[in-house]
Amino acid sequence: MNIPYVVEERPDSGLTNGKLGTWLFLASEVMLFGALFSTYIILRVGSVEWPHGELNVWLGMANTFILIGSSVTMVMAWASLKLNDFAKHRLYLIATFVLSGLFLVNKYFEYADHLARGEGPAHSTFLAIYFTLTGLHGLHIIGGMVVMAYFIGPGARLWKKNPEQFTNRIENTGLYWHFVDLVWIFLFPVLYLL
Amino acid sequence: MHADAESIRKSIRSYLMVGAALFVFTGITVAVNQIHLAVPLAITVALIIAGTKGTMVAAVFMHLNHEKKWIYGALLLTVIGFLILIFVPLLTVGNGIGTPLNVTVTHGAAEHAVR
Repeated sequence: MNIPYVVEERPDSGLTNGKLGTWLFLASEVMLFGALFSTYIILRVGSVEWPHGELNVWLGMANTFILIGSSVTMVMAWASLKLNDFAKHRLYLIATFVLSGLFLVNKYFEYADHLARGEGPAHSTFLAIYFTLTGLHGLHIIGGMVVMAYFIGPGARLWKKNPEQFTNRIENTGLYWHFVDLVWIFLFPVLYLL
Repeated sequence: MHADAESIRKSIRSYLMVGAALFVFTGITVAVNQIHLAVPLAITVALIIAGTKGTMVAAVFMHLNHEKKWIYGALLLTVIGFLILIFVPLLTVGNGIGTPLNVTVTHGAAEHAVR
């Protein structure tokens, strides 16, 4: 049995099932990160002093540039499919994958530097919330990379069988990826600058 | 959403412009941080810039500037839930949750508490 409304839009919502499902998933993600941001605010408001300058701002800024760049390449990957240019789509999707890998490499060096100095999550309240928020965000990056790897590899076959469905899948992947970028846009100033 | 190739090409231009603007705003955020403003002002400026960047990503990259009403409905519920998550727990700050406790427990008091 075929799953309905993967290409054509539902008459009641005007959306494909996949797209509506992705947005509902993102809504739950907002709740998840919202709860953690709320925790951060409570811990910060309640603390007598809050550390400044513990994190490498330049590394954080580099990672912000990398994620913004990956968001641009992701949306270009989708737009290329809309223009029926699969080769360009593939190039942009690989670029997004590489940029997200670069983000994780930077994060690894950042974590390794802290841990080498004995500054683990148990070291202070600030580092506890830092590792929790960035760790969860990092897991989302890894999740996105797994999906991208699938569409670069075996999932790409769908383009030949059903190009519209493949384009919708890339659009939904893009929605998720832009959300991950959106979270970092707030994490960067909150953790690195303020 | 996008009817023809021409409208996609127009969208690509806006994607690239928004991407460039996001780079610039990130640079501005870091530059403002180097000035060492007073903490409340620094927080305000940083969050205004982050909010602007977030709006650009959501509106242009995630196409929220022209979406279906079901998506807006789901997002409205999300905003309500998010505001509850952000602000309701702040009420507990008045009860001392999150404040460091400076309680010295004497041996006798601890024994009393155990009993």
